[in-house]
Amino acid sequence: MSGKPGGRSSLRRLPKTGGLVIQYGVDPWKETGAARCAAGRKQQDVVPLMAIDLRQESSTGFQVRLQQFEGPLDLLLHLIREQELDIYDIPIAQVTDQYLLYLQRMEELDLDIAGEFLVMAAMLIELKSRMLLPSPPSPPEEEGPDPRAELVERLLEYEKYREVAALLRNQEETCRLLYSRTVEVDPEELPPVPSGTVTTADLLAALKRVLERAEVEKEPAAVIPRRRITLRLKMGEILRRLKESGGRLSFHALFSSERTRTEVVVAFLALLELLRQRKVDAQQERCLGEIIIFEPAGEAVTLEAVSP
Amino acid sequence: MTSDAGPLSLGDIRRGVECLLFVSPTPLTAREMALALEVDEALVERASRELVSRDPSQSGLMVREVAGGFQMATRPEYAVAVARFVGKRAQKLSRAALECLAIIAYNQPCTLPEVDAIRGVDSSGVVKSLLDKGLIRELGRKDAPGRPVLYGTTEEFLVYFGLKSLDDLPDQAVLEQMVSERAQAVLEGTEDASVEDARRMVEQVFPPDEQDPENGAQAGAGESLHPL
Repeated sequence: MSGKPGGRSSLRRLPKTGGLVIQYGVDPWKETGAARCAAGRKQQDVVPLMAIDLRQESSTGFQVRLQQFEGPLDLLLHLIREQELDIYDIPIAQVTDQYLLYLQRMEELDLDIAGEFLVMAAMLIELKSRMLLPSPPSPPEEEGPDPRAELVERLLEYEKYREVAALLRNQEETCRLLYSRTVEVDPEELPPVPSGTVTTADLLAALKRVLERAEVEKEPAAVIPRRRITLRLKMGEILRRLKESGGRLSFHALFSSERTRTEVVVAFLALLELLRQRKVDAQQERCLGEIIIFEPAGEAVTLEAVSP
Repeated sequence: MTSDAGPLSLGDIRRGVECLLFVSPTPLTAREMALALEVDEALVERASRELVSRDPSQSGLMVREVAGGFQMATRPEYAVAVARFVGKRAQKLSRAALECLAIIAYNQPCTLPEVDAIRGVDSSGVVKSLLDKGLIRELGRKDAPGRPVLYGTTEEFLVYFGLKSLDDLPDQAVLEQMVSERAQAVLEGTEDASVEDARRMVEQVFPPDEQDPENGAQAGAGESLHPL
């Protein structure tokens, strides 16, 4: 059972890391009956698909890594394929047990189990019980719909896109070897922003730039009394500074006095609030250009009118 | 290249096409190039195809047909050297991202709930990062409860995967056949070139550390993808 083509090896080397991957019980279904008997195991006792990666990390000791599945459908498909089951005639009891065993293992390893996995578990259990219940007697030609039909359809549908995803991966591999010219951004060449307005995304991008600058001056190392910065104060300050500079101020100038991350964030929130209340307006001449904050025309804004 | 110099030969056009492709950051259609070269579109098309099938020993650059146009690129043989020079590329897309793209490509315009239903998991984070990378875009809103956003693939999607058009992807009937053949192969125990095996092969070339770094949302990793 070591690295034969076709058979899944129980132990295989991980490239690069040199760690060992132990796949618990993936093999029993591939082994001959005799081997299985000799091992004295029952199929149900074996947890399939557990790829536990024991990597000797220098300081953290062992790291356990579980084979990742994109979701419950991915896991189910894997179970069905791994054990060469007929997808059109899924032995629900067997698959459900293995599915639950897998979730149990995830729990033992303290992994968060996404809600979707639990929903599928509930569905499988329900299917299993429906299959076990004797169906009301009916004429043989009038058999009720197979309770599994919907699940099978979903699995097949999902598998189609999994195939496409694999195909796209191939294409990606090929194309990553080709390099083309990339777009160079010359701010002067960019067309003006059509409506002359600023979106929230533009403001966020500008905030990011300001934050990057604020990062340079970290919070001071010495312990000093914390200054309370309130949204209300900041809003008033912005309006005052706007007035002082003749009703127009660039986004960057507005944040030039903000020293710490907290200050920048509060000032930004204050600006958003002022924009929402239409106490100020923002305008951007061109893509990536400076955002200008200004007082809306014909509206005298007073400090008293500010209410966060 | 003025029109006074008499009619352009196919060789002239081919060299002109080369110039345009050299300066263009995006794929160019034969039509766009014909306008610049002031020659017939059919001739540009022919000259471009000649460049596509040019003898590899002629140049380190190649012309590929992609996204309904033509684009110049470095030859794959020199990828290592180019990579050493320009630095690390953006990370490969996660499997979740590829699955979402596959679903959107076949069902566009389609909504997030539709993608979620097929994958059986929440895909909002992945879809967001695909939007950031410019591989999908919003096409509008569906006239349904909640007016969910409709998504479709972009030209960048075609360029990223080197597809001439969406028709390059196998059609639904072919896919269904692939899946049912797979189901049959599994039963008969003759399954060989499965997705898993392909993935394993890929992993040998590109160790899994660099691949699928996280399961799902990985925003902002597309530096070479989406320069704006």
